[in-house]
Amino acid sequence: MIAIIDYGAGNIFSVKNAFDYLGYECKLTNSEDEIKKADRIILPGVGAFPAAMNMLNNSGLVPLIHEQTKIKPFLGICLGMQLIFEKGYEFEECDGLGLIPGAVKKIERTDMPIPHMGWNELKIQNECPLFKGLPENPYVYFVHSFAAECNDDNVAAYCDYGGKVTAMVQDNKYVFGAQFHPEKSGEVGLQILRNFAELN
Amino acid sequence: MLAKRIIPCLDVRDGKVVKGVNFTGIKEVGDPVECAIEYNKQGADELVFYDITASHEGRGVMLDVVKRTAENVFVPLCVGGGISTIEDFRDTLRAGADKVSINSQAVKNPSLISEAAEIFGSQCVVVGIDAKRDGKGGYAVYINGGRIDMGLQLGDWVKEIEQRGAGEICLNSIDADGTKAGFDIEMLNYVCDRVSIPVIASGGCGKLSHFTDVLQQTNSSAALAASLFHFKELTVGEVKQELNKHNIPVRMY
Repeated sequence: MIAIIDYGAGNIFSVKNAFDYLGYECKLTNSEDEIKKADRIILPGVGAFPAAMNMLNNSGLVPLIHEQTKIKPFLGICLGMQLIFEKGYEFEECDGLGLIPGAVKKIERTDMPIPHMGWNELKIQNECPLFKGLPENPYVYFVHSFAAECNDDNVAAYCDYGGKVTAMVQDNKYVFGAQFHPEKSGEVGLQILRNFAELN
Repeated sequence: MLAKRIIPCLDVRDGKVVKGVNFTGIKEVGDPVECAIEYNKQGADELVFYDITASHEGRGVMLDVVKRTAENVFVPLCVGGGISTIEDFRDTLRAGADKVSINSQAVKNPSLISEAAEIFGSQCVVVGIDAKRDGKGGYAVYINGGRIDMGLQLGDWVKEIEQRGAGEICLNSIDADGTKAGFDIEMLNYVCDRVSIPVIASGGCGKLSHFTDVLQQTNSSAALAASLFHFKELTVGEVKQELNKHNIPVRMY
């Protein structure tokens, strides 16, 4: 079972819709027991970094997330991906989960509209098990104004938007993060979610 | 670089896709969820449902259509028509829409744009505009399906829309709409020159080359069409292959 952590941040139904469609059992939950029982975890999220981190802290699930991400696959999506890092700088400096070293900062572009919104092409930087079976030049759907800055080793893919924007991150084991919305990225996105559901 | 988007639009009344060139000639022509699935297969980058239901009860039917579509189609979904309050925004987004489009209501109550952008984020607020040449070298904004001239200048309106935090503008040229003679390049350039938020071109396309023209000759981020796709004169896939041939960045999967 896939546990989609429901901590009050944003539209989480589309992620559940996607796994339901693909035929994988998943649950929206904030229960420690369910998350422990699950064989993989999704951290979704839409909104602002400090507000979401605050909700996550209030949920009491942070120590459990630290423990569980050492033993089972974990995927953060959009804001959920940003929360993986040590710090965020949306409105104010704010501590994140610190599962991967790095920080989340405003995308600074002089001549490009922000938010970065639309279909952009994944440029694969490092091998990643979630990219199995993707077509050449895969496009995925982004909506965000902040982006992760981290070690190249942790970047599975970036995209080009007047400069590099971190698109997909990973540690060397169980932790993955997608800045884009795989649940809104057509067949490519569904394949990434399928790969996550099939990870050993 | 962002891909240029091709967006089929479906007019929906009482839960059925309808099509008609004028208000007396409306025909019911299918199930919106099935149409959405078909367009998704063809490679649509986004889908728009435009609710032309007049009755209040119809809104519940529309929300059910949105919900069933969101369970089967995994690309962004935009819903417009009959949205007039923050509650309407909330209900529509909760049902599974990613964006909400407002038109006449934004003109009548511009603060709806800023309030919705603040609460739900700019990315889900699309403002649709129906505009027409005013005969004095400018463009006038119309509401209620292009029937009422509000005495509003297009140049002023698009700036206000952007300043109030809308994420996108969908510009429909009344002059071009229904002509099948091509998108209104001139009007689109007029708007693209004045805002930095994405502009979606709507109205006037009649053949394959019109898509290439509008995406080469304007800074539009997307092109929207309804009847052309609906009557199967072209598929989304054919349009994208053509754009790809002309080196316009499009999502081919």
